[in-house]
Amino acid sequence: MLRLEKRPTPSQAWAWGTPFLAVALTMVAGGAMFAMLGKNPIEVIRTIFWDPLFGEFAWYLRGQLLVKAGPLVLIAIGLSLGFRAGIWNIGAEGQYIMGAIVGAAVGLAAYPTESRWIFPAMIMGGAFGGWVWGMIPAILKTRFNTNEILVSLMLVYVAQTILAMASTSFLRNPEGSGFPGSRNFNSYPAASNPELIAGTGMHWGVVAALVTVIWAYILLQRHLLGFQIKLAGQAPRAARFHGVNPNRLVMLCMGISGALAGLAGLFEVTGPAGQISIDFNVGYGFTAIIVAFLGRLNPVGILLAGLLMALTYIGGEMASTNLGLPSAAIQAFQGMLLFFLLAVDVMSNYRIRLFTMGAK
Amino acid sequence: MDFGSINPAVLIASLMVASVPIMLAALGELVVEKAGVLNLGVEGMMIMGAICGFITAVGTGSPVMGFVGGAAGGAALSLIFAFLTQILLANQVATGLALTMFGLGLSSLMGQGYNGIKPPSTGKVPFGPLTDIPVLGRILFSHDWVVYGSIVIVAAVWYVLKFTRAGLVLRAVGENHDAAHALGYKVQRIRLLAIVFGGAMAGLGGAYVSLVRVPQWVDGITAGAGWIALAIVVFASWKPWRVLIGAYLFGGITVLQLNLQAAGSRIPVEYLSMSPYLITILVLVIMSSGKGRASLNAPAALGQNFHAAR
Amino acid sequence: MTRDTLLTVEGISKSYPGVKANENVTFSIGVGEVHALLGENGAGKSTLVKMIYGLIRPDEGRMTLRGQAYQPLKPREARAAGVAMVFQHFSLFDALNVAENVALGMGNPPPQRALAAKIREVSQGYGLPLDPERLVGDLSAGERQRVEIVRCLLQDPKLLIMDEPTSVLTPQEVNILFATLRQLAAEGTSILYISHKLEEIRSLCDEATILRRGKVVATCTPREKTARELAEAMVGATLTPPERAGSALGAVALEVKGLTVASANPFGTSLKDISFAVRKGEVLGIGGVAGNGQDELLLALSGEMRAAADAVRIDGVGVGQLGPNDRRRAGLCTAPEERLGHAAAPDMSLVENALLSGAVRKALVRNGFVDWTATRDWTAEIIAKFDVRTPGTGTAARALSGGNLQKFVLGREIMQNPSVIIVNQPTWGVDAAAAAFIRQALLDLATAGAAVVVISQDIDEILEVADRFAALNEGRLSPPRPTKGLTVDEIGLMLGGAHGMHEAEGLHHAEA
Repeated sequence: MLRLEKRPTPSQAWAWGTPFLAVALTMVAGGAMFAMLGKNPIEVIRTIFWDPLFGEFAWYLRGQLLVKAGPLVLIAIGLSLGFRAGIWNIGAEGQYIMGAIVGAAVGLAAYPTESRWIFPAMIMGGAFGGWVWGMIPAILKTRFNTNEILVSLMLVYVAQTILAMASTSFLRNPEGSGFPGSRNFNSYPAASNPELIAGTGMHWGVVAALVTVIWAYILLQRHLLGFQIKLAGQAPRAARFHGVNPNRLVMLCMGISGALAGLAGLFEVTGPAGQISIDFNVGYGFTAIIVAFLGRLNPVGILLAGLLMALTYIGGEMASTNLGLPSAAIQAFQGMLLFFLLAVDVMSNYRIRLFTMGAK
Repeated sequence: MDFGSINPAVLIASLMVASVPIMLAALGELVVEKAGVLNLGVEGMMIMGAICGFITAVGTGSPVMGFVGGAAGGAALSLIFAFLTQILLANQVATGLALTMFGLGLSSLMGQGYNGIKPPSTGKVPFGPLTDIPVLGRILFSHDWVVYGSIVIVAAVWYVLKFTRAGLVLRAVGENHDAAHALGYKVQRIRLLAIVFGGAMAGLGGAYVSLVRVPQWVDGITAGAGWIALAIVVFASWKPWRVLIGAYLFGGITVLQLNLQAAGSRIPVEYLSMSPYLITILVLVIMSSGKGRASLNAPAALGQNFHAAR
Repeated sequence: MTRDTLLTVEGISKSYPGVKANENVTFSIGVGEVHALLGENGAGKSTLVKMIYGLIRPDEGRMTLRGQAYQPLKPREARAAGVAMVFQHFSLFDALNVAENVALGMGNPPPQRALAAKIREVSQGYGLPLDPERLVGDLSAGERQRVEIVRCLLQDPKLLIMDEPTSVLTPQEVNILFATLRQLAAEGTSILYISHKLEEIRSLCDEATILRRGKVVATCTPREKTARELAEAMVGATLTPPERAGSALGAVALEVKGLTVASANPFGTSLKDISFAVRKGEVLGIGGVAGNGQDELLLALSGEMRAAADAVRIDGVGVGQLGPNDRRRAGLCTAPEERLGHAAAPDMSLVENALLSGAVRKALVRNGFVDWTATRDWTAEIIAKFDVRTPGTGTAARALSGGNLQKFVLGREIMQNPSVIIVNQPTWGVDAAAAAFIRQALLDLATAGAAVVVISQDIDEILEVADRFAALNEGRLSPPRPTKGLTVDEIGLMLGGAHGMHEAEGLHHAEA
């Protein structure tokens, strides 16, 4: 049997060690899962984790890494602030969709004008769309004490319906001969978000993600607000004693995470995705939750975790085309990663002792 | 729009069917929460129940075995949650989310090759001539055994929580785990059992979706029903009979909006299909805004992990 | 007096990583004897009784009950053997009613209706009236204790363990409790009575075992000893009571007028029309039994709960509508009762915990950015000046012992040089040396010209430090009276006498 003994002071070594241990354990358990699917586990894991970086097509796939990691990091940073404060926004997927829709609508409203102000206006629109979608659960929580987890999640389903409406009616490409989907931003230069340096996958969304990582790092390390966020999550009553207004913090965290998710949506729709379509969202908002935890809610950690998770996406696609691995296997693999992370997390706060029954 | 095509008796009969999955899942979650545990993985456990139930039913040709398999699938997934939160003291919110994500992935993996297959049909309970009573016969005596079973389970959960010692101990653990521990109750073990019960109920509800409601296997078949079940527990302020009312209400909305879509309502389809989620939010707002004594039903130790210090 | 022996404890030891909670403890209790277990906070009393009650298992040693080997593996076995326990922090469930609470503490409870009748019968028989249908959360602290006692009595215990039972009672309620305990002892029930209150032990107990740092240091008959002798045996040193240099009182620094605030907690106590004033250099003691609005009063004064602007004035300026940081700016510092989780964040370092309340007055934040160097320096200063025993400033608050953390919390507030300081239960759960140190520091602050408010459930503490005394009872505050010349009986009446005892009062007056 296991017995846990609380450490007097949380272990720093384990806090950094657990993500690596979790990844290792996930590879073992995931390998077993792949083996059960009749695949060679070593080959699958090599295809997922090695080939995209150093394999035959690495020159192309390495660029894809940033394309996928950009939105994950951007969303996860926002979520991590709330998670640290004990505010559970799990509706980033919906905020991501709404950011894309509002931002795209701003751009499409200006079509076909060419002006250098269009893209900045779209960025504002994207952030605004996500912010509004994040503020709904925030206001309901502060005014009516409603559970933000359920509301933000319900709003994902609502946003998906709105996305369907946008691509089939109000944002549909009038020249698209009736097919659902908006105009393609890649053929509208003033509103597009192109690759900045060819072959790197770097676009404005990736730049925004990096800036956000630095911003969040400074916020959490040096700014009083960062301290208050941590305090509110760890000891809510102490936070109130310190002088934190919990309602303000909820608004702030939900607003920031909503706006960042909205930005991610906007950069995605104007760049890699190119247009609003029914299947525009691919689950970045949910995967970002894993990224946030895997990065231990730490900005630098999230950057690394975002890259790793992007790798599993790209590698997963490779494994799916080359080895016939079902794409759902990657989803299960990612879920498993979060399990192992939560499981080994116990090490940083507790010592584990083994004991035999009766000798307690 | 042709409202005449909507027959009230058929509507009520079909809302009773539509509400079964969320009712079962919400009842399970109610017991879990009464023990002081917040398991947000209901959606994941439901969909695991849906696929496990489907595979078992197709494999054995028996819908009853299918439901057993569904319950087992949900319970198996809930064991992961129980291990992480009760033994390793992981954060319950995060673990619940992980459970849902993992369940969605794993179910879709297990469901490869099951698309487009029809499961064995779950027979209606033969009530003989009772079925032919006008209106009432259609509403009350035209269902499969799970519909009646779910109502029996509501009554059983209510009775056990309110009148038995086991129910009292469960509520005590959810109210104040330190005091329960001081009196010598095994907090972890009681919570573990509650979690597994919740998993089995969610699995049962999921199996009903894939075996009766739809009935076939599609990825993401539960479509947020698990989250609505969580909301219904809040709506019901942790009371079993109110779970029944809440489930019927949501079942009713779902059936009504489907009927309106079919009847060619002038309201755009999209508004109708987002209505269950919007109404869930509305209900949460109404139920949560009441402060003070009404909130006393919420278990005081909900979501807090227990670690016996010394 | 010779009695048959009920329980013997022989050579019991129990250690935890880094602490020897009990070391070779030996004593025995006779049938019908009231036996005191005396010791400071942290002396190992609770660990010892938890072993007798089967909550934890000893590492070494043996126990016998009525001559038979006794080794309970769980509380249920202890209860079956006739051992019952009333906890210091009650093991009660707020949202359940009295009968359900009682049922939970019994091995084999009768059906609810029969149980309710039995509760009425037993509680009346021992002068502890209780309504089985009421929610426990609605009861006063004294009534809640009655629930625990009745729960024990229903099982016909041979040994009743009581852990610090009087800390939540008014003097009148203590008398009633003692009458009940004497009645029980006369009927042949043995009582193991844990306390650090010497006068109580001298008046109630037949025998006493004194623990210090986990070891038995003396066994005696408390009636034959003076309180001072017992105290020295318990603490192991002679303590000097705090001294204060007499100083002239200045202008009114804190004025509270008509303060009415609803509690945020459904089982909390709302404050009703509270008024008092404290001058510079003065110490006001606010007494009261637990749960009469102490927490709410602290929250309303610290700024965690808001009121009308003029309900709270500091140096004549209304601050009632301001939050904690604005009040700190105005000169008011507070120290809540609960150290871990309220006054300090358990998992944060002492540096971060220093920033927690010192940010404003120590100017540790500039343009929103934290000056960690200055914060670290100030933390080191607190640790040095208040003798906080810690490996360093980076240690998590939860790693400190209760007394050390309390010294840190009080030091943090005192070193901000507040013009008004409000502390709730400043020495609760703190060993005697640290308690004396804290009281002295508060008196020094008053001497230096601050207005000090000490909210405490320990009347002795208030009498020791306060110039005036006011009692908090069901959310109302009595008019303050000078402490000099107040008798214990008068204080008891100010605290509300015996709560919820109307039927029983006549019954017990003769004995009390």
